[in-house]
Amino acid sequence: MSSPASTPSRRRGKRGRGSNPPTRKCSQDARSPPSQKRRTDDSTSTGDLQPMPTSPPAGAQSPGAADALFSSPPQFRHSAIPLDFDISSPLTYGTPSSRVEGTPRSGVRGTPVRQRPDLGSVRKARQVDLHSDGLAEDIVATEQSLGQKLVIWGTDVNVASCKEKFQRFLQRFIDPLDKEDEDIGLDLNEPRYMQRLQEINMVGEPFLNVNCDHLRSFDENLYRQLICYPQEVIPTFDMAVNEIFFDRYPDSILEHQIQVRPYNALKTRNMRNLNPEDIDQLITISGMVIRSSQLIPEMQEAFFRCQVCAFTTRVEIDRGRIAEPSVCKNCNTTHSMALIHNRSMFSDKQMIKLQESPEDMPAGQTPHTVALFAHNDLVDKVQPGDRVNVTGIYRAVPIRVNPRVSSVKSVYKTHIDVIHYCKTDSKRLHGVDEETEQKRFTEERVEMLKELSKKTDIYERLALALAPSIYEHEDIKKGILLQLFGGSRKDFTHTGRGSFRAEINILLCGDPGTSKSQLLQYVYNLVPRGQYTSGKGSSAVGLTAYVMKDPETRQLVLQTGALVLSDNGICCIDEFDKMNESTRSVLHEVMEQQTLSIAKAGIICQLNARTSILAAANPIESQWNPKKTTIENIQLPHTLLSRFDLIFLMLDPRDEAYDRRLARHLVSLYYQSEEKMEEEYMDMAVLRDYIAYARSYVNPRLGEEAGQALIEAYVDMRKIGSGRGMVSAYPRQLESLIRLAEAHAKVRFSEKVETIDVEEAKRLHREALKQSATDPKTGIVDISILTTGMSATARKRKEELAQALRKLIQSKGKAPSLKYQQLLDDLRAQSDTAVTKEMFEEALRALADEDFLTVTGKTVRLL
Amino acid sequence: MPCVGDWLNSPLSIVQGIFAQNVPNSDWEKKVTEYFKEKLKENNATNWVPSLNDVPVHYLKPNSLVKFRCMVQDMFDPEFYMGVYETVDPNTNARVLHFGKYRDVAECGPQQEIDLNSSQTVTSERQTFYCVPVPGESAWVKEISFLTEPVQARVSPSTSYTPSRHKRSYEEDEDMDLHPSKQKEQHTGKSCCSGGDIHGCVEPKRLETEASAGHHVISPNCSPPLDLNFPLPGEKGPACLVKVYESWESFKVNDVLEVFGVLSVDPVLSIVNSEERDSSTLDPMECMDTAEEQRVHSPPASLVPRIHVILAQKLQHINPLLPACLNEEESKTCEFVSNFMSELSPVRAELLGFLTHALLGDSLAAEYLILHLISTVYARRDVLPLGKFTVNLSGCPRNSAFTEHLYRLIQQLVPASYHLRMSIESMNHSRFIPHKDYAANRLVSGLLQLASSTSLVIDETQLEQGQLDTAGVHNVTALGNLITWQKVDYDFNYHQMEFPCNINVLITSEGRSLLPSDCQVHLQPQIIPPNMEEYMSSLLTAVLPSVLNKFRIYLSLLRLLDYSISDEVTKAVEEDFVEMRKNNPESVTADDLHKMLLVARFLSLSAGQTTLSRERWLRAKQLEALRKARLQQQQCVNGNEL
Repeated sequence: MSSPASTPSRRRGKRGRGSNPPTRKCSQDARSPPSQKRRTDDSTSTGDLQPMPTSPPAGAQSPGAADALFSSPPQFRHSAIPLDFDISSPLTYGTPSSRVEGTPRSGVRGTPVRQRPDLGSVRKARQVDLHSDGLAEDIVATEQSLGQKLVIWGTDVNVASCKEKFQRFLQRFIDPLDKEDEDIGLDLNEPRYMQRLQEINMVGEPFLNVNCDHLRSFDENLYRQLICYPQEVIPTFDMAVNEIFFDRYPDSILEHQIQVRPYNALKTRNMRNLNPEDIDQLITISGMVIRSSQLIPEMQEAFFRCQVCAFTTRVEIDRGRIAEPSVCKNCNTTHSMALIHNRSMFSDKQMIKLQESPEDMPAGQTPHTVALFAHNDLVDKVQPGDRVNVTGIYRAVPIRVNPRVSSVKSVYKTHIDVIHYCKTDSKRLHGVDEETEQKRFTEERVEMLKELSKKTDIYERLALALAPSIYEHEDIKKGILLQLFGGSRKDFTHTGRGSFRAEINILLCGDPGTSKSQLLQYVYNLVPRGQYTSGKGSSAVGLTAYVMKDPETRQLVLQTGALVLSDNGICCIDEFDKMNESTRSVLHEVMEQQTLSIAKAGIICQLNARTSILAAANPIESQWNPKKTTIENIQLPHTLLSRFDLIFLMLDPRDEAYDRRLARHLVSLYYQSEEKMEEEYMDMAVLRDYIAYARSYVNPRLGEEAGQALIEAYVDMRKIGSGRGMVSAYPRQLESLIRLAEAHAKVRFSEKVETIDVEEAKRLHREALKQSATDPKTGIVDISILTTGMSATARKRKEELAQALRKLIQSKGKAPSLKYQQLLDDLRAQSDTAVTKEMFEEALRALADEDFLTVTGKTVRLL
Repeated sequence: MPCVGDWLNSPLSIVQGIFAQNVPNSDWEKKVTEYFKEKLKENNATNWVPSLNDVPVHYLKPNSLVKFRCMVQDMFDPEFYMGVYETVDPNTNARVLHFGKYRDVAECGPQQEIDLNSSQTVTSERQTFYCVPVPGESAWVKEISFLTEPVQARVSPSTSYTPSRHKRSYEEDEDMDLHPSKQKEQHTGKSCCSGGDIHGCVEPKRLETEASAGHHVISPNCSPPLDLNFPLPGEKGPACLVKVYESWESFKVNDVLEVFGVLSVDPVLSIVNSEERDSSTLDPMECMDTAEEQRVHSPPASLVPRIHVILAQKLQHINPLLPACLNEEESKTCEFVSNFMSELSPVRAELLGFLTHALLGDSLAAEYLILHLISTVYARRDVLPLGKFTVNLSGCPRNSAFTEHLYRLIQQLVPASYHLRMSIESMNHSRFIPHKDYAANRLVSGLLQLASSTSLVIDETQLEQGQLDTAGVHNVTALGNLITWQKVDYDFNYHQMEFPCNINVLITSEGRSLLPSDCQVHLQPQIIPPNMEEYMSSLLTAVLPSVLNKFRIYLSLLRLLDYSISDEVTKAVEEDFVEMRKNNPESVTADDLHKMLLVARFLSLSAGQTTLSRERWLRAKQLEALRKARLQQQQCVNGNEL
């Protein structure tokens, strides 16, 4: 342990160097207003207004300058300056003298200290001997032995023990269970932060990010101190880290000494919950950056030169102001000192406005904002629009109405001094293949959700809770439910296959007025990253992305459209059939590859669009024609249809019992009170949390049995057709089944896909097929309607007709050409089924393809 | 005035008294609110309190108790203030405790200083709302609510006074409608005389007010005018920064509130601004707020006064003819409701007759108009709002100013309304959706930021062919969303926020409207009056003011009633539906059932019945059938419609 207690006097001296120490009566200056519960000891100081608490008093900004300053031995300074009322501690680490004493090792000497404006070290901490009375606060304890009992004034922090504890934490902490992305390359069995220090040594970035959660699991009390007195504790941490670091790597050269940046303080809260109790505490809040100011150079130390004798002097910033020396100390000329800007020292500062994220806002209120001050390295780290988690110290400063009048506006200005930023969506932008929805759930909530997942009928329950105002259509709701959960994401990049799609796409088609739009609207409102577009109104550009020129910077920027915006969410497209051809073609890539390729105006890129698509289409004849196939009814290309995992028909059932139930359901809507409705169904918020939890924490894998069941199911599907010589299932259907089974396992919060999941997937798939892929002519479910656009029987009939026609022509003998109409009549006479002109033409075309004949105008020539 | 006492004129001294008595413990705050609650409960005591809606700001005493009826337009960030602070006399070292609640500036004597580090200091939190008068509030609401006030000791009897007031208001409205460009000057010029008109008495004091009122309005025009952020163009009245001290979480944007609080127009607040601007170069704290933000968040107190709220309540409605709070417990309101219910059917019949005349003799349309006017969103089932009843009145004669006059009549009946004339230009150029201005950090209002149960009358008859630009398309989409989902998506630049609303939309058009609607009624005029204006105004003058007031109560009261359907009737409805489907499944869909149930609901309510009876159900069916038949007939005439 170095001697922490003996420093104040020296520091004081150091600070007073060169200029007359200002008569400084109040040591604590104006700090943020005291939060009610602590700092109850009475202070006799008058307390002046401090307009800028963030500015540090001592400025050792650039390494060179700092070195020059520190060249004189501390001892000398100590003796030169008398003791002063204003004591401080080694905690005002950041001033050269404390560095010298705090880390008396060779490595540290070479590394300059850097100010931490984020901690606002203007406020000098005083130490109080716990064993003496309140008056003892002024006592400067010089003996080492006393140091153990000292605490910083107004807190219960003992510097020495705090430092020791933190060092122990750094040296011993091994994360038992955590598995963060940033840990890549770390040995989980070694002390985590020691590896980090090694990294710092190699990379040379002198910042150590410390997860408060780790600290909490290691030492609850230390964590509490950090949260309550960050301003005092963090410098202690800094000191501790540097000691360890330079002990280990004495030859390491860093830009400046390592600074500790705690993050993820458990007090992570919504901006709305901030209250006066949080003032001066370490907090973590999340929000969205809406505005950032220009860089503000803040003067830390002013350089003055006498115009007469060229005597120079430096003046440090004091409470936001620079006191210009009125008399030159060398030649005693008055008003001769002039400020030399070039030799003054500045630090970077930036003001940022943070707005609470839309998810945190209660309905019907406008978002709150809070001001952030970023310093030095943290300047320009975030841009407007970024979602960030900010860790920092919450401050409140009084506003003076008028410097000459003693009345004060009774309102404080609040801001947060930033210590650590964490962009929440940075990973999404860089396309890490990992679900990064880090929605936080309280433990009770998780318990509740898990409890819920154990219910045997959870699947039915959730399906019921989905859009309760829409009547029946249970299978469709189940399908959408599975879509909301999604399959597991699998990565086959190393085997060259790329990633498999995990998203489930669903198409709803059916009569108008069957509340398709309402279902879409519901889903759009339910999922956090949903987009709702109408096929009629959207263009390919609106769906994908477009390039535009920024009016301010004249720079080309890529604006993303609905599909990209709903990455990891659901894109609801209404009136899918009204979409024009070129727009629809965009969807081909999105729906299978899950990416969007853009080549426009010199920007060529591939964007992620891992979105599920929920589309609704109306039949072409406004009423569903049961005599036609799905393809014929909605006139969509089969290439697109085959990309939907499930296609449902929403038809008006025309059945008396159904009508009756529907009527009762609707009537109840019109008189039941709201509370009663709530009771009956699961809350939308619960449903949302359930889905979010399952999506981010449950990743089911196929079990052995389930794999077998899937194989069987697939083989069965293939078998159905093989009897009639046609293919009835394709690998795509198998993939769909797997996705559905996985989604169903997610519903159960199960890490393993089991046979029941496969059973349900099979059932749902079959149900959907039964509706959409039934050949109206034969009544048999026929997958090829969806995959090739034509039912197998239709294709067979076409072939038969072509053969019949060939026979007919061959039977006619050697005639080189035949009349078109004649041939048709003959064929009709011969055939026992009705032959339409279209069928006839198709048969002709088939024969022409075989190079058997050619058709020119009204004559058919044999070849 | 007797017993008005200090609590009206200097509420802060009362607070000081209570504070001094209870100072060590913190329950003085509770006692203060209790005290004022008691005071205001006394007979008509609320009427003694001057209202900011009525009296110009500069005419009110600073730091006196005022009331204000307003809509929350925006919510600013919460602020921390010194709840309790201590001052020190540097000479004598004497310490005094003060309270900072209900104040903008921490006061202290000339010889004293505030001790910022005192252990006695208590930091508290309060929330600021930016409030504007209820947008589209009808003239009669103001008139009636301030006529009943004894505080100004008005002499003129209400009956002789009201008609003249009507006339004046008409002229004024007309002027504004006809020359929208002139609105600005009109507004400045007229507001002072209408201000005088409202008070309607000839005290010398009053005259002086008028003069200064004129001044007051003109003066901001000299400096760059501050946009007071009213949702509707041409609105007037004071905007106010309302500081709320408790349970501010319960208030939402667009809520209508009545607040009682301490008026603060301390000139120091304005000094703060100028000071801060001067010293901004010195003080780095100030660079965090742009000049724009400064201007918006601390406007001059003379223009935007502050109210420190002691008591606040959400209003269910703003109709002054009804008791403010319709709680079942209070015997007074019960009595009022039952009294009115007893004479309900003649009122309904009279209203129906009145509206039939207004709709040129079409009684079916009048029936639907009544249903529309008492409709309200009573619940939301997931995303589906229940109880909205948007009527599209098609077949309106185009050239005669029929729609204009129809709106005037509706304005006379409902407490708040707005007439939206659709034209290519207005759609392209006006701002419908409120959006967040990040530079000034405020929500810039738009036309669709309206309080609950405002009547929005959209006139499509003036719409010509033409091209909508992007803004126009957005505006039309927003209208569509408003009608279908009863919500407005406010634009927060980086994202959108959904604000549910409850606005009655009536669309007047020639053919079927391009906007969605719940029900289209084709107007079949029986008479075409040669002079529409004369016809309509004579219609209004023919109605006695007392009858008109009954209409107003009728429309406001009925939308607040509860409603239920018995099991028996449910069965009957089921049977009916099944039966209808059996005959012709194409003609009756679930949508139609929705509509019929809606019509039945409002039909029952309009007759004062809170349960559905079989007769009403049949009547609803009949009405729907009539309406449909008329539409079909119209289609045959036009051939290509729909």
